[in-house]
Amino acid sequence: MENKLIVSSSPHIRSNRTTQKIMLDVIISLVPCIVAGAVIFGVRALAVVAFCTGACVLLEYLCRLVMKREQTVTDLSAAVTGILLGLTLPPTINLFLAFAGCVVAIVIVKQMFGGIGNNFVNPALTGRIVMLLSFPTQMTTWTLADGTTCATPLGGTTAGYKELFFGTTGGCIGETCAIAILLGLAYLLVRRVIKPIIPLCYLGTAALLSLILGQNVLFQLLSGELLFGAVFMATDYTTSPVTDKGKIIFAVGCGILTVLIRLYASLPEGVSYAIVLMNIMVPLIERVTVPKTFGIVKEAKKS
Amino acid sequence: MKDELIFPEKPFRTNGGVHPKHRKNTAATQSVIMPPPSHVTIPMSQHIGAPCTPCVKPGEHVLCGQLIGDSQAFVSSPIHASVSGTVKEIRDMLMPNGTRCAAVVIESDGLMQPVETQPPEITNPAQLSAAVRASGLVGLGGAGFPAAVKLTVPEGREIDTLIVNVAECEPFLTADHREVVENSWNVMSGVYAVKEILGIKRVIIGVEGNKPDAIEQLHNIAESETNDPNDEVRILKLKPSYPQGAEKILIQACTGRRVPPGKLPSDVGCIVMNVTSIAFLSQYMKTGMPLVSKRITVDGSAVKEPKNVIVPIGTSVSDVIEFCGGLAKDAHKYLYGGPMMGTTIIDPEMVVMKNTNGLLALDEKDAVPEHETECIRCGRCIDACPMSLSPLLIAKAVKRHDTQAMAKYDLMSCMECGCCAYTCPAKRNLVQTMRYGKMLLKEASKRS
Repeated sequence: MENKLIVSSSPHIRSNRTTQKIMLDVIISLVPCIVAGAVIFGVRALAVVAFCTGACVLLEYLCRLVMKREQTVTDLSAAVTGILLGLTLPPTINLFLAFAGCVVAIVIVKQMFGGIGNNFVNPALTGRIVMLLSFPTQMTTWTLADGTTCATPLGGTTAGYKELFFGTTGGCIGETCAIAILLGLAYLLVRRVIKPIIPLCYLGTAALLSLILGQNVLFQLLSGELLFGAVFMATDYTTSPVTDKGKIIFAVGCGILTVLIRLYASLPEGVSYAIVLMNIMVPLIERVTVPKTFGIVKEAKKS
Repeated sequence: MKDELIFPEKPFRTNGGVHPKHRKNTAATQSVIMPPPSHVTIPMSQHIGAPCTPCVKPGEHVLCGQLIGDSQAFVSSPIHASVSGTVKEIRDMLMPNGTRCAAVVIESDGLMQPVETQPPEITNPAQLSAAVRASGLVGLGGAGFPAAVKLTVPEGREIDTLIVNVAECEPFLTADHREVVENSWNVMSGVYAVKEILGIKRVIIGVEGNKPDAIEQLHNIAESETNDPNDEVRILKLKPSYPQGAEKILIQACTGRRVPPGKLPSDVGCIVMNVTSIAFLSQYMKTGMPLVSKRITVDGSAVKEPKNVIVPIGTSVSDVIEFCGGLAKDAHKYLYGGPMMGTTIIDPEMVVMKNTNGLLALDEKDAVPEHETECIRCGRCIDACPMSLSPLLIAKAVKRHDTQAMAKYDLMSCMECGCCAYTCPAKRNLVQTMRYGKMLLKEASKRS
């Protein structure tokens, strides 16, 4: 009995799940997209993703060091942000510009607001948007693995469903191959990293609204960033509502905004803007979707 | 009540919950009776409510079962000597919740000489309440609420269902399970007696599915027509999930009724009794011997011989551990009860009380709390909360001392079951935060 006894609050056992394991699962779910990107767009695409990942991890490390906060690189969230940012860039992007995107994502959006769990918009998406606004030409130059320049399907080029499905069209590194994204989604669902609510409601709303507005639904779903955004970006824990009801509202909002921007704004694609706009709405959504305490529902019905 | 009295085939769906490993290592081992220790220290407050005043003096000789402390308050429960011997002293004692209370120290003569008792005469609810009070029975499931108060049905309220709690959803603990397996007749005769006296039409015995032998034994008795001619007692197999045995959750699983926040089971026509309480009551009706010993599960990674032990109340934790072969490795944390809701024991000289159902000694690996990191807002705590609260939002409100938000998110409905903290990937100490928040809320309501 010489050793001091530990006194702590219950519970005294915890589940095996950790933030790091969750982030690792997200990274694994992104592997099909990385592979597809490398196959479709060549080694250069792989280099972009690797560069962004390394840059984000390094920036996170430096930020925590400078801010004299507990080191958080090992939770792998910075690596996830880096991979996500890399996969949403064109394969030919200048690496200096990519680095700028990483700085926006990690330093400004994530760490300046307190690090993991405290950013109010998606870091990778915001980094991408800033790049899109700052370097519009470089961010919208699309080339295939053989070096030929082309437009994206949403930008006006024609593409068959087969090409959309396998991703052999112009676009961002990780966003063109629908099969790879769906594989990632399946993994995330099986591992219970995410619930199906957000992807389903997002894609469902986008499909329904496209149908109402007379668009080709399958083409709308498979082209552009929609699938990638609905699976990997909109489901970010920190910037989506925590309650199921809130998630539905959030995802429906994303779907509506995406289609409206695509069809009526002067931009070919609206997924990034739609998600970031809805990110900003999250605190408001959470205010109106507080779950009712056990036992309250029935009482209200009786009286 | 509003709904018909049916027996559900399957339990009703409940919210949230988690699935920690069962670790019921002692489920198949026969309980052993611990011989009286050299001395016992019996605290005068082993229940929710007013503490008792000692009614014996140092030097006095007492018999096992003799009254040594009582109180006039309604919400209280008398205390009896658990061994025969001499009262050594009456001293101040530190309780697990950090408060202090008087305790009677009895030096055992090793004879366990019982006081002369007579079976109580019980034919109506008032006599039942009086007898239960005299027996010193408190809720043995862990809460320690005086059983007599629970069994005193407020006027104008009809109780149609008695639920017997054999969920025992805490990992490690098997004391209730062993009670059923070793004393199933006792349990069932207690059930029939309470049912008869209170005029209850439906008894549901909720047992988690991980105790098939207990289910079978109870079922065999309850099925017989001679025992239960009107088929008013049935066993319900519950899904093994934590916190299945929490009162409100158990009521919902067994009857589909939901107890509103701040209300009691009797508000929805139910009484919930722990199975060990029932078994004790049944024994008391036969012998009149008050509550002086308790079956507890001794387990945990640091204990050499995990087992169920029947221990005189007031035996020190170190004596019990020693009886179980001592420690296999250094214990870094001792717990009263299971690992989900158990309280840490500050000092191994603290004692087994009426509502103790387990003693765990944990080695360093199990004892050291995990490192807390930032909340990632994954929402798992919301999914796990059986009360449908939003722990992460409450925790945020507590962090900024925002009592208004705490009240809005209904912090007071939290029962501190620990599901949120268990499931949290960031290892947030959510239960601790909830407790702190409740304290802030109480202070705020006092000020206004």
